[in-house]
Amino acid sequence: MTLDRQLVVTTSPHIRSDISVKRVMIDVVVALAPTTLIGVFFFGFRSALVLAVAVISAVAAEALTQKVLKWDVTTGDYSACVTGLLLGLNLPPGVPLWLPFLGSAFAIIIAKLTFGGLGKNIFNPALAGRVMLLAAWPIAMTKGWLKPEWWRLPGFSFWTLNVADRFGVSLDVVSSATPLVKGGATPNPFTLSDLIIGRVGGCIGETSAIALLIGGAYLVYRRHIYWQLPATYIATVGFLAWIFGGEAYFAGDFLMHMFAGGLVLGAIFMATDMVTSPITIKGQTIMGIGCGLLTFLVRIKGGPPEGVSYSILIMNALTPLIDRFTIPKRFGEKKA
Amino acid sequence: MQVKSFRGGVHPPTEKKYTEKKALVAMPPPGRIVIPLRQHTGAPTNAIVKIGDHVAAGQCIAKGPGFITTTMHASISGEAVSIKQRNHPVFRSCDAVEIKSDGKDEWVYGKKHPRERLDDIAPDEIKKIVTESGIVGLGGAAFPTHVKLSPPPEKKIDLYILNGAECEPYLTADDRVMQERTADIILGLRLMMKAIGVTRAIIGIESNKPDSIRALTASVAGVPGVTVHALHTKYPQGAEKQLIRVLTGREVPRGGLPMDAGVAINNVGTALAVAEAVIEGKPLVERAVTVTGSAIAEPKNVIVRLGTSFQEVIDFCGGFSKPPVKLLMGGPMMGIAQYTTDVPVIKGTSGIVALAAQDVRIVESQTCIRCGQCVNACPMYLLPSTLGILCERHKFEEARALGLMDCVECGCCTYVCPAGRPMVHMFKFGKLELFKQDQKKRAQAQKDKK
Repeated sequence: MTLDRQLVVTTSPHIRSDISVKRVMIDVVVALAPTTLIGVFFFGFRSALVLAVAVISAVAAEALTQKVLKWDVTTGDYSACVTGLLLGLNLPPGVPLWLPFLGSAFAIIIAKLTFGGLGKNIFNPALAGRVMLLAAWPIAMTKGWLKPEWWRLPGFSFWTLNVADRFGVSLDVVSSATPLVKGGATPNPFTLSDLIIGRVGGCIGETSAIALLIGGAYLVYRRHIYWQLPATYIATVGFLAWIFGGEAYFAGDFLMHMFAGGLVLGAIFMATDMVTSPITIKGQTIMGIGCGLLTFLVRIKGGPPEGVSYSILIMNALTPLIDRFTIPKRFGEKKA
Repeated sequence: MQVKSFRGGVHPPTEKKYTEKKALVAMPPPGRIVIPLRQHTGAPTNAIVKIGDHVAAGQCIAKGPGFITTTMHASISGEAVSIKQRNHPVFRSCDAVEIKSDGKDEWVYGKKHPRERLDDIAPDEIKKIVTESGIVGLGGAAFPTHVKLSPPPEKKIDLYILNGAECEPYLTADDRVMQERTADIILGLRLMMKAIGVTRAIIGIESNKPDSIRALTASVAGVPGVTVHALHTKYPQGAEKQLIRVLTGREVPRGGLPMDAGVAINNVGTALAVAEAVIEGKPLVERAVTVTGSAIAEPKNVIVRLGTSFQEVIDFCGGFSKPPVKLLMGGPMMGIAQYTTDVPVIKGTSGIVALAAQDVRIVESQTCIRCGQCVNACPMYLLPSTLGILCERHKFEEARALGLMDCVECGCCTYVCPAGRPMVHMFKFGKLELFKQDQKKRAQAQKDKK
């Protein structure tokens, strides 16, 4: 019978939901759109260029490496695009353009593909790329801070590209790293509403808490992330800052700690990376608390002003261990 | 009414619209039937007729050895023309008795018990009738019903659950049976309750079957101890462990049976079969089958004689309207894909679903991205992603330690997986490999003893 040759035989189930890796990644890009747009608005066309270089380098690095190694080219799943975009959003807006290029190439080739590609990497590739840049080119990485809306200053426009050349002459556009920077230069005056809208210095995508929260809400709604990890992460930092972050105990400026720096971006988009975070919600909660603890320690006691990247990478390394200790109790298992 | 649910599960499109409003129609007896000797959980049966014997519809043609087995009956009258290996929808091939119809459709019935005098039947007699009528669970697993009705005395059973959830997409046969044979279902339930000596029963129905809920609620009004509960429409609401959990809050222990949670549970179709066996003396020779899917010309709920070939049932429903890409016995979540229409309807055939190309998405398996969707969908609280990877890498013992054997193969994990990983496939493979290993070990141990 001809029918026999038409019929497809597989194991059940015979229907699948319409979700795919590509769909997940596109949703992440959609969720990152608000913070990207606000970042580009505050930091000018220059920052859009940084993002573009980061994204294009990431996709190109993946495609080229896989071509050379004769693997299947997987750029179609948009995960390299997400990695590049996240790395770009984690860079200061005025960095020289070879930085995002090197960062993306490192993130994709070293942090992702050498481990076997998407799903097998231990560390969040975008963060690995950023931390490599911080370690290798600390000066370049910390010179690129710009004041929000610097392009409104006389002599500049939204489309001004070569900010770096002007570092010497026009200190007006240069900002301190983040509102968290310790001592040294007087931090820029800012209000809490500036922090929430994002009108402060910082990396391109990290300043606007409200845009990040909107993106996070979308991801939670689409069930790609669970609220527990970002919530426990930010709450832990806030709680510790309230107790230990001030002149006296229980007098810390916890709102500043929660909304300043890369915490919201890191908590919603980096710590929740599916591949490198624990698989159960219980495990993710533990990771959130651990990240919060480490971030706060770095902020208060550590050398660098910000500790989000390091905290998440350290917790990435602990993820297999957390998974091992949070195996769910099976149906019908006797209570221990 | 309070709607109840459980943790985990998925919401596939129900696709019941094709057939949910179509009343059951009886398909005329076919010219030829094939009765496989194995259609159930337990020991296969042996034929007790010879080639050339004349049989009547309802006549016993095969019996199994021991207790966990069942009996087979001819579903048409005619002549036994062959006993040989035939295609089987579950086991691929199996010995089967082929009967050629004499066109008379003559029946033999067992003892009939009038409806009004049910109180006179002793529990043991009910069990005897169920055993001799070859009744098995009609939900799909086909576990012999008389075994369920004979729990060991140390198991205290205080509740009977009748499963009318029908959570598989596409299938509507139970829904129709509940609406059209309401009184007989209640009767069958009361008989099974009497057989075990239980006084309380719950009928669980998913909330997307309001007509069935209404019909059964109305008809249990005068029956003491029996209530109807609406269930949240979520797959796998009708999996027995989940259903017990939802209705009683009790969890069947790992590796245990419903009786270990003090519950007996059966499908509504089984209750109907029990009622027919006791009242009409009619063994299990026909069942309600939903014939549906995008490739079927006229989807229907059909009462089919067991042993009828899929091809004839599909022809009765107008044949294929589009080329079928998948032909399933059962629903799309747990059903078994067929490679031919030359397979018989058996006791566990709840549906024949033929899907056209538009409904079949063949996905390529990618690396697990650890998104955790499967973990949250698993109604047995397992880690399907990890188990899948372990089975893929042949680390079967590690998978067993993580609960591979607890998997009920409901398919939720595979349904939600964005990476398209065929996890159920890997679990079945892993379980089979473990079964083989264990068999080898047992054989080795016996050798060592000698």
